[in-house]
Amino acid sequence: MSPAVPNQVGKKDYEQLRVSGLHAFYGESHILHGIDLVVNRGELVTLLGRNGAGRSTTLKAIMNMVGRRTGSIMINGEETMSCAPRHIAHLGVGFCPEHRGIFAALNVEENLTLPPVVRSGGMSLEEIYTMFPNLYQRRASPGTKLSGGEQQMLALARILRTGANMLLLDEITEGLAPVIVEKLGEVLMNLKSKGLTIILVEQNFHFTAPLADRHYVVEHGQIAEEVSASELDSKRSLLNGYLGV
Amino acid sequence: MSMILGVPVAVLFGQLLLGLINGGFYALLSLGLAVIFGLLKIINFAHGALYMLGAMATVILFDTLGISYWAALFVAPILVGCVGVAIEYFLLRKIAGQDHIYSLLLTFGVALIIQGVLTNMYGVSGLRYSMPDVFKGGMNLGFMFLPYYRAWVIVIALLVCFGTWFMIEKTKLGAYLRAGTEDSQLMQGFGINVPLLVSLTFGFGVMLAAFAGALAAPIYSVTPVMGSHILIVVFAVVVIGGMGSISGAIITGILMGVVEGLTKTFYPPASSAVIFLVMVVVLLVRPSGLFGKEA
Repeated sequence: MSPAVPNQVGKKDYEQLRVSGLHAFYGESHILHGIDLVVNRGELVTLLGRNGAGRSTTLKAIMNMVGRRTGSIMINGEETMSCAPRHIAHLGVGFCPEHRGIFAALNVEENLTLPPVVRSGGMSLEEIYTMFPNLYQRRASPGTKLSGGEQQMLALARILRTGANMLLLDEITEGLAPVIVEKLGEVLMNLKSKGLTIILVEQNFHFTAPLADRHYVVEHGQIAEEVSASELDSKRSLLNGYLGV
Repeated sequence: MSMILGVPVAVLFGQLLLGLINGGFYALLSLGLAVIFGLLKIINFAHGALYMLGAMATVILFDTLGISYWAALFVAPILVGCVGVAIEYFLLRKIAGQDHIYSLLLTFGVALIIQGVLTNMYGVSGLRYSMPDVFKGGMNLGFMFLPYYRAWVIVIALLVCFGTWFMIEKTKLGAYLRAGTEDSQLMQGFGINVPLLVSLTFGFGVMLAAFAGALAAPIYSVTPVMGSHILIVVFAVVVIGGMGSISGAIITGILMGVVEGLTKTFYPPASSAVIFLVMVVVLLVRPSGLFGKEA
């Protein structure tokens, strides 16, 4: 059993991430204009919104991977604004970037074992290969020779091995075939049942709707709306307005 | 005596051997440059000066402290490697992320300073270093005479090159290095200490140069300017092989040494130009180098 489960018991409301008044800049451009959001332990939360609304930048800002930031980002109750990116990972944060970030010069297994273990309780290589049999078959191939779907599996799998208990996933279904998207959905449900906290930047609302506990709508670098899973039906027309679907 | 294309066999093989030795030095030096360029994207113009420091250190360590050749093979690279780490930490890190030209000028300046200071202290006429006794003499292979030291240089240079290649391509540490070459920001996001990796990589590349210097001490004239002569050729080798390619640096280094040796045998006037001629042709036909990835 994964030890993440006992940790979670009785701690459902434990605040794993609190972002308040977050502004972020790329050079002269002001991208985030005061993001406020809270994610509890074991929750699956999505950031919805149009392209360019600032969803990916929010994740990168949490990782301290943007130019300049102001505001506050608390992880497990600890202020992280002055932390170097490599220290963020050691707080148990696993990041899966947009475009996946698979290393071409590394084979599949090297890609998989590249991120160092940051906490105990991560999945073993065998467990990962059981979850993603394709990766086992292709473990000696160069990372970027995989299909798009396999690369996405790899990008996700490699942060599961590290023991990270909060996953930031950026557009993981982008450009993938429906059957792969379905498989990713199953994987996310599985991870959620293990007690992992997941923050999902997603374009595909139909993919996230059945998975997520809550949704944040990001627009012009701010949180425009917060919608819980139970409010989904009553607020559907509002959401459609924001997302233009 | 038997002849090949009008050249005595012994002369031909003698030049081939010299070419292989020069090639070994080219390979060690261009390998260090390639390792540094791969991760730091820095064109290290101080590489020749650090090679010279390795040779000077070997001689000076022997003269002042009586440190033997064998010990110097380890001590000199470690000392000079520390100099390299200091250069990275105190100077190069300050201009990280700037245009290539800044690090190029900075390392060039560092090279001039090191060279100038040592010229002031030791002059340019060269220091004497006697070959360790084990290496005196050689063996007659029938078709040529093989000095022991030259054989040793070829063998150890190839071993170190192969070891470096193996470390980079086949080990976990090498995987960090290769990944850092592609996306060091994401590496940081995974919790990897990239600044440390950068320092160590620069230090390691510098150690390779200093090791080449220590190897060169008994056979080349050890002077404060020995590095500036070889560096230009080594840059040509790196361009021919393709910037940043590890195996490319090794193979091209040895190949160019041999090409130079053969040219010396058959048409001596062209021998010092032949590598640059190859460079021009390669740049015209395959601008990214023989082993470089097509841009």
